[in-house]
Amino acid sequence: MFSGLSRAAGINILIILAGVAAFLIVEGRTGIFGDTEEMSGSDNFLQYVGPLVFGTVYAASLALLIAAPLGVAVALYISHYAPRRLAQTLGYLVDLLAAIPSVVFGIWGVTVVAPILSGNLYPSLNENLDFLPFFSGTISTSGRSMLTAGVVLAVMILPIITAISRESFMQTPRLHEEASLALGATKWEMIRQAVLPYGRSGVISGCMLGLGRALGETMAVAIILSPSDGYFWSVLTNQNSNTIASNIALKFPEAYGLDVNRLIATGLVLFGITFLVNAFARRIANAGFSGADG
Amino acid sequence: MMLSGQITRGIPVTNDSRLSEPSQVDDHAERGVVVAGLNIFYGDFLAVADVDMHIQSKSITALIGPSGCGKSTFLRSLNRMHEVIDGARVEGSVRLDGVDLYGSEVDPVAVRRRVGMVFQRPNPFPTMSIYDNVVAGIRLNSGKLRRAETNEIVERSLRGANLWEEVKDRLDQPGSGLSGGQQQRLCIARATAVEPDVLLMDEPCSALDPISTLAIEQLMLELKQNFTIVIVTHNMQQAARVSDRTGFFNIAGTGKPGRLIEIDETKRIFSNPAQQATQDYVTGRFG
Repeated sequence: MFSGLSRAAGINILIILAGVAAFLIVEGRTGIFGDTEEMSGSDNFLQYVGPLVFGTVYAASLALLIAAPLGVAVALYISHYAPRRLAQTLGYLVDLLAAIPSVVFGIWGVTVVAPILSGNLYPSLNENLDFLPFFSGTISTSGRSMLTAGVVLAVMILPIITAISRESFMQTPRLHEEASLALGATKWEMIRQAVLPYGRSGVISGCMLGLGRALGETMAVAIILSPSDGYFWSVLTNQNSNTIASNIALKFPEAYGLDVNRLIATGLVLFGITFLVNAFARRIANAGFSGADG
Repeated sequence: MMLSGQITRGIPVTNDSRLSEPSQVDDHAERGVVVAGLNIFYGDFLAVADVDMHIQSKSITALIGPSGCGKSTFLRSLNRMHEVIDGARVEGSVRLDGVDLYGSEVDPVAVRRRVGMVFQRPNPFPTMSIYDNVVAGIRLNSGKLRRAETNEIVERSLRGANLWEEVKDRLDQPGSGLSGGQQQRLCIARATAVEPDVLLMDEPCSALDPISTLAIEQLMLELKQNFTIVIVTHNMQQAARVSDRTGFFNIAGTGKPGRLIEIDETKRIFSNPAQQATQDYVTGRFG
């Protein structure tokens, strides 16, 4: 009875997954190979999707760059430094961050984060580091730039990175920690010697899952980012490559004809990217944990 | 004996700014570990009460007693490892070659560099190679070392732990790939690589088969030429085989503190102890 039910549920998942993939491929095909005369903008699909892929990966990478060190630090603090009650509260609060809807993050990003960053951080980055392509150009006065999107995305993926890192740090066998301490390690040396190597695979898979979430994030980016067409390295200006998900959300309501198919095709590309990242994360997680058991 | 006399004190293993050697130790009685009036607490709970003990340098002292009698807690208080648990504290003093390990300016980290420890279950670092496991303590204590120096330390420590011949061709492989007995000898090599004065062993053979146990016991007899060894064991034959002196711990009842009942020459403890409780325990009448 129950084995039948659970098997049906398992099969359902496969059917749904296959259905979505089939939809993306069938509908997207005409978007990729269809007549570009009937679409607005670019000459071919690669030209259209290129900047979007770039923007997607760029925004997610920025978010990961900010969130990974922070998430690992918070996880270490919770697992090894904070007194127990504070650790529990803090862990709960970080988990709560994950419960905030992304549209709220978007509004918060535009009304709070963007003005603060564009008023304080961006001018000094722009003045002192403008020899780097990332910080050159005219800074956006509204702050609706790539870096703002990256910062808000970082806050959004912080809970998942923290939670998974924290779990793997807390699983460090006491024996390994004591082995290190008994050799005369300070707490920080013990963490570097016993905790971080043990938790490494957890940290990596947490980061990959976070990256996956950042890649697919739609509303926050759609609200925050002021998009333009093309490739833009600078993270402070009004001109930013849009992300795939945000582009779909912004364009879809007004799209018709083959433009719809093209948007669906970009969705297929995003599906491919996230799938790769998740598969990669899973492989590392599996390989890592079995290796650390010994 | 490979290790004897060749230990190069030139290697900056201990950071002596935090735990300085006494300027002179003329009094022979001060050599080794001298425990006086030691009470060990976890929070308000008195776990071990009123221990006085003189552990002679370059000898093996075995601690025996029923489970829960505080012998492991006492052992861990000798390198302040019990402080890993919140609320642990001691009263009284533990002096190593005249230096109070619980002195107000003494850093527990410095204590552990002079008093090494081997645990009940072998615990090599799973992500490190055999080589890196042996030098793990060295790397903590003394910044950059030349490859030749670490090579020498690895060979000396592994030879000292009777493991060199078995692993010399696979030093770069993970330590977790060794057998249990080999892992425990690797842990001994790791502990001795930093050249501590004292080596604490907390039931080092309880997770091992008899053959590995024999290897470790033989090793202990060799190691005592260079190190002061204190071993906690549940195996009375083991205490009788390897130790010079034996201390018997007992506990009056649940919730009562463990106490050192008596400590004497191992021969005396197993043949003609001063206390009736010791006699009962070693002859197997309880415990």
